[in-house]
Amino acid sequence: MSEPGHLLSVQSISKSFGAVQALKDVSFDLDLGEVLALAGDNGAGKSVLIKSIAGVHHPDFGEIIFDGKSVSSASPQEARALGIETIYQDLALADNLSIGANIFLGREPKTKLFGFLPILDRRAMADAAQKTMRLLDFHTERLDAPVAAFSGGQRQAVAIGRAIFWNAKLLIMDEPTAALGVPEQRRVLNLVHSLKEQGKAVIFISHNLQDIFAVADRIVVLRRGIEAGERRPQETTQDEIIRLMVGG
Amino acid sequence: MTTISTTAPPVGRRLLARVADLRAWLFLILLIGFFEIWARTVYGSTFVGNFYNLQSIGTFATAPLLLALGQTFVIISSGIDLSVGFTMGLAAVVGAEIANFAAPHVGVFAAMLCGVAAGVAVSVIPGVVNGWLIAHLRVPPFIGTLGMYGVARGVAFLLATGMTVPVSNSWMTWLGNGRVHGVPVIVILTLIVVLAMQYLLSETRFGQHTYAIGGNRAAAVRAGINWQRHTIWLYILAAVCAGLAGVLYTGRFSAGAAQAGEPLLLDSIAAVVIGGASLFGGSGTIAGTVAGSLVIAVIQYGLVFVDVDPFWQFVAVGVVIIISVLVDQSQRRFLGGQQDE
Repeated sequence: MSEPGHLLSVQSISKSFGAVQALKDVSFDLDLGEVLALAGDNGAGKSVLIKSIAGVHHPDFGEIIFDGKSVSSASPQEARALGIETIYQDLALADNLSIGANIFLGREPKTKLFGFLPILDRRAMADAAQKTMRLLDFHTERLDAPVAAFSGGQRQAVAIGRAIFWNAKLLIMDEPTAALGVPEQRRVLNLVHSLKEQGKAVIFISHNLQDIFAVADRIVVLRRGIEAGERRPQETTQDEIIRLMVGG
Repeated sequence: MTTISTTAPPVGRRLLARVADLRAWLFLILLIGFFEIWARTVYGSTFVGNFYNLQSIGTFATAPLLLALGQTFVIISSGIDLSVGFTMGLAAVVGAEIANFAAPHVGVFAAMLCGVAAGVAVSVIPGVVNGWLIAHLRVPPFIGTLGMYGVARGVAFLLATGMTVPVSNSWMTWLGNGRVHGVPVIVILTLIVVLAMQYLLSETRFGQHTYAIGGNRAAAVRAGINWQRHTIWLYILAAVCAGLAGVLYTGRFSAGAAQAGEPLLLDSIAAVVIGGASLFGGSGTIAGTVAGSLVIAVIQYGLVFVDVDPFWQFVAVGVVIIISVLVDQSQRRFLGGQQDE
């Protein structure tokens, strides 16, 4: 079912931890500009699946092809270098640093003072921050403020902004709306839309079916490690997705 | 599609944040004003207008400030170094002994350089061990450096055979007591270190990564920062600052003493905290630490100057620390906890 040319092609992967079969023969494809939602109850294998794509786990059987290359045995660093970025719930931001400093954390640009003294290029960091955040419709003049001064949805945007600045092609978002209030949830959904508009591929995990129906192009439902079904939102209902999730 | 946009917080809140950030300087101004008024009303003389007073406060502040500069980096990374006081003592003793030993062979000037180099070099050892314990053996900084506090203390006293090590080296004495245009040499040297530390903390990746590790170590590691290597460098930095303070002590008192830095450990931590750093890590500045050290020095010297029982200085420094932490906490509640929109 998976031909070459897809950005991501998950080909019948299986993974067990001891006696527990976490994933069994799961396959799907994903293209640039597409949002794929993963639905499933707790323990259905959603996180094992995304961690396999991100290089944290390695499947026992099957292949994961990203951008024409196998990433089945890539390390998390290698997966990131190829353009697979996971936005974790804890966001992995240093709250005490500015947006620019977070985007460039670990690879800060430098310039020279008086032509000889190397210093951090704060202006370049601030400019890049402003430009990147504008792509996400996040306009701020507060480029010196620590990210702790921003709201949960805005910090989500910073984490996503960092990923797209470094040319991530696939963004994996694990329950990005879970800890947020309603207006902030809407903001994150808008972020997913703007990522799609920019031609990024997104894997979106959520417990909230409304969110899934609001953003997904396709929904893959997992149930106890197996693929219970794949649907398009316009061709299905929330009831059917729930039936697939719980079985019966 | 809605657009996310944020504007700056209201002027009042920004002003409050600014005041809280600069609280160490405000303390300093208030204290100087207080002693100035006291000196004028009681003695009819000036406190700040007196150059001798400024020289003395500057000299007074150097050793705790040097310890506090290294401590600032460690505290920003959410660590703490309790061993700096005795690392200073160790460096003072080693510096004195090497300067004495070298003098007949290479002359007094080169002997002074040898003493300084040896004192600073020996301080690297506790720094490396501290960093290694904390970064690789995952010993909590409080415990690891408390262990080193004991080890450095014991070794310093053993090397000094329980006594102070007198030095008769005119260049060493110049280092500790000399003046250039009226400004003490140790003050000039300390200012150079302050500038270097300011550069390191606010203009380099090293400084940026120190903040990141203190703010969210997991995020720093995910961004590819080698926190273990970085942590070892942080404790080396703290120890080298202490070593420098140690050899300058030897110069100032023409003797190396194992207990040289004993009363300065808490002053160094207090200076960093008064300067606005959080003991939870992630915040702090060199300018704040300088102000914090000056606050302590002004309290200590000022109370002697106005002839108050010197034991009041402990009370005064303690009160300033508590006020400073209270300001920090309320600032967090007001500003950090409250977000836009």
